[in-house]
Amino acid sequence: MNRFEAKTLSWQVSDGTIELLLHRAPCNEIGSATLADLEQFAAALESLQKDAHALIISSDRKEGFCAGADLRELFRESQPLPQTERLRKLRGFLERVHRVMNALDSAPLTTIAAVHGVTFGGGFELALTCDLIVADKMARFCFPELRLGLIPGFGGIPRLKRDLGNAVVRDLLLTGRSINATKAQSVGLVSQVTSEGDALRVARSTAAQLQKFDRATAVAAKRFIKPIPHDDLRREIDIFCDLFTRPAVDAALRKFVESSDALPYLP
Amino acid sequence: MPTIENTTEEVLTLAADHFKVPRAQLHAGDDFFKTLGINSLQALDLLTRLEHHFHIELPDYELQGVSDFRTLAERIQSRL
Repeated sequence: MNRFEAKTLSWQVSDGTIELLLHRAPCNEIGSATLADLEQFAAALESLQKDAHALIISSDRKEGFCAGADLRELFRESQPLPQTERLRKLRGFLERVHRVMNALDSAPLTTIAAVHGVTFGGGFELALTCDLIVADKMARFCFPELRLGLIPGFGGIPRLKRDLGNAVVRDLLLTGRSINATKAQSVGLVSQVTSEGDALRVARSTAAQLQKFDRATAVAAKRFIKPIPHDDLRREIDIFCDLFTRPAVDAALRKFVESSDALPYLP
Repeated sequence: MPTIENTTEEVLTLAADHFKVPRAQLHAGDDFFKTLGINSLQALDLLTRLEHHFHIELPDYELQGVSDFRTLAERIQSRL
């Protein structure tokens, strides 16, 4: 199959590169629909990767790459449930997200996130599963979860710890501040910064270069240098679920959901 | 080092250019959310453009409660 169109994303394969395009309005928030589509993509990867050497993940939403978890859906669906059921459902959701993220992280392809605009929370975590991040100069990265009384729950901290120094991780996590692409490149998060609107082109050009290398060697190198931090990922789910039961989280989620701003991302 | 007046003028010019508002319609004391008709996501976009323009890093929490161009320019000035 060379092209597949799902509700929140699409993929196609051309010249040995799989391109996964996120296209859910307003900014690719990851809720049950996007997760189901990502699961379908992860399942399809088994056969897609036979004809490919690279995967590029990008977004066609003007606002950015991905604004993170669908907090409105999370709040709406968890509110009416008793606490034990709420936690059971949340843990099930997080475990499904982690399975998809781990599949992307360990895919035997060289993976590139081509990001622009808002790359926040779960969107940042999705980008962190990739081997390389190519960022439009207007990209902005942020872990805003502490503002909600939570930690990132889609594997962000363990992957950031794997890739960057602990001081940078603490800065991003504990301040919840957003950083631009230039700063992200200076701390080692971003591989290349492009001019506005050029990230996908540069990602494609990079993917074309990778095609020249022996694929088995590339896969062996990736396995050697990019282990999946399974223990920390499991701990992250436990901590997230513990924090989620606190009333402060409920209040923060309610404030976010009830905000009159169309896109209430600023603290 | 530019003066605060220079910095404010640069902020107003950049905002007018990017959001396609006549420069003459923007004033230092204006609420940029209202005058430019932008939401918080577009404000982040403005912040990124200002960081690139002035070659500074301006944490978004420093803009908490800031909605007028003059105060925005003061925050930038403190990082120059």
